[in-house]
Amino acid sequence: MITPLISVRNLHKWYSGVHALKGINLDVRPREVCGLVGDNGAGKSTLIKILAGVHRPDQGQIRIDGQLVDISSPKSAMRLGIETIYQDNSMVPTMSICRNLFVGREPLLFSIGGLGLIDHRRMREEAIQAVANVDLHLRSADALLSELSGGQRQGVAIARAMHFKSRVLILDEPTNHLSVKETTKVLTFVRMLPEQGVTGLLISHNLQHVFQSCDRVVVMARGEIVLDKAIEETSIDEISESL
Amino acid sequence: MIEFGETLRKLIRIYLEKPELAGVALLVLLTLLFQLRSNGVFLSAGNLRGILGLLPEAGLVTIGVAILMICGEFDLSVGSTFALMPVSIALMTNSGVPFMLAMLLGLGIAAVVGFVNGFLTLTFNIPSFITTLGMLFIVRSLTVVLTGGFPPLLSSELPVGVFTQFVGPGGVLRASFLWFAGIALIAWAVLSGSNLGNWIQATGGFFDAAAALGVPVWRVKMTCFVICSTLAGFAGTIQVFRLGSPLPSIGDGLELQAVAAAVIGGTALTGGIGTVLGAIVGALLIRFIDNGLVLSQVDANWFKFAVGGLTILAVVANSWLRQTARRIN
Repeated sequence: MITPLISVRNLHKWYSGVHALKGINLDVRPREVCGLVGDNGAGKSTLIKILAGVHRPDQGQIRIDGQLVDISSPKSAMRLGIETIYQDNSMVPTMSICRNLFVGREPLLFSIGGLGLIDHRRMREEAIQAVANVDLHLRSADALLSELSGGQRQGVAIARAMHFKSRVLILDEPTNHLSVKETTKVLTFVRMLPEQGVTGLLISHNLQHVFQSCDRVVVMARGEIVLDKAIEETSIDEISESL
Repeated sequence: MIEFGETLRKLIRIYLEKPELAGVALLVLLTLLFQLRSNGVFLSAGNLRGILGLLPEAGLVTIGVAILMICGEFDLSVGSTFALMPVSIALMTNSGVPFMLAMLLGLGIAAVVGFVNGFLTLTFNIPSFITTLGMLFIVRSLTVVLTGGFPPLLSSELPVGVFTQFVGPGGVLRASFLWFAGIALIAWAVLSGSNLGNWIQATGGFFDAAAALGVPVWRVKMTCFVICSTLAGFAGTIQVFRLGSPLPSIGDGLELQAVAAAVIGGTALTGGIGTVLGAIVGALLIRFIDNGLVLSQVDANWFKFAVGGLTILAVVANSWLRQTARRIN
């Protein structure tokens, strides 16, 4: 039995009286891509926001590698190796690719009390490397993010997660607002995660996408997990019915 | 045709990556124009002394306003803070507080204005436009009440020479210009070279993304509010030392001129875009127009017309270029 990378036990969350998560139990094994599906309001977003450090659970435990953890902020999630890519807000459009990759984690020449001058040369070199590692071909690391297509932006977000050696990559509907071609590209990125030693958690409305790129599928409804199976043991029909 | 498109694309790309370049080009153009129209007086030492003597005051305010705008907020109270700090210093030194201590306390007062602006804006999640509009009136009123409406005396004993005396070859520059240059250099290093600068740009560029990436967005915005007010107060103090009289009405209308200068220098109203160099270029452009119109014997009342026209032109050009860039990509 392998120790699960993420292990969630009896997780509860209330939003001003609404019981959004009703005792979630979930294990995500290392190097698998787990699809998380469910209707609007099923609790998917709440669950991943807790894992990303944006919200805090009202009750329950989260273990990473079997160790009990407290994910108190986005920063502490990143420190635990959990990186999140949101559908449209993981990048700053007015900044260069290079600066975007390192927001909040700039390589510094020196620092006093956490503030210091950026090591621009190192930042540029690492940016070029990081982007090339995910097989993304861009004109220059200084190009503004707003010049990129939606698919390329998600590619840069994935490059960032890879570069910082994230162990878990949460993708919250990463293919929304994307063209068919770009969607395929992003799903290819997702498919590559296990080879790179990264565990994926893909939130999607599109069951086709989940079946194309995940090893396992977890279905949520009304704040509970209603189905949890390996992809080859289930079918789109079965999942549609459980929703 | 294809070649033309390629050139256009390149130009637009350069513009997007360096939004202050358009301002620099305009500055060069205006310099040539005014130099010709004024028969060479415009670039003479005497005239430059006048322009560069005023630049530090408007320039420092513009740098502060631009930094705050880049991080996605706004400060309309800078004109009032511009008066409050020197007036407080004059009152304090008159009642026996040593000059250095009065300067520090004055800077502290200006910083508090920025802190209150930021605290109210961020705590109650209201537009900074409104918070600082309120502060514009509150701070101006405080200044007038403090002085009883009459400018307090500024003791001639004060060592104001560290800001006002002429320095350098031919005495073209005042010491205030060196202060300005030093502060501008630090502001530039912070904004484009430090991690704090990266956070400021990210916070203004896309608040949610910056927060999700672990940037301390609350503290970043707070810092920018405080920097903006402190620079405005300091600039006002320099002006009062130059004029020798702490008028409670100085800086009236300066807030909008500073915003205009920042925008002309390529700072985006929506946040995330702008540079310190751009802010300086914007402030310098306004000074050039002010001075150049007079030297060219144009009715000086056209000054505000020119600043207004340039501001609108800068924003229209920005939005057009961004749309074009999106289309050809």
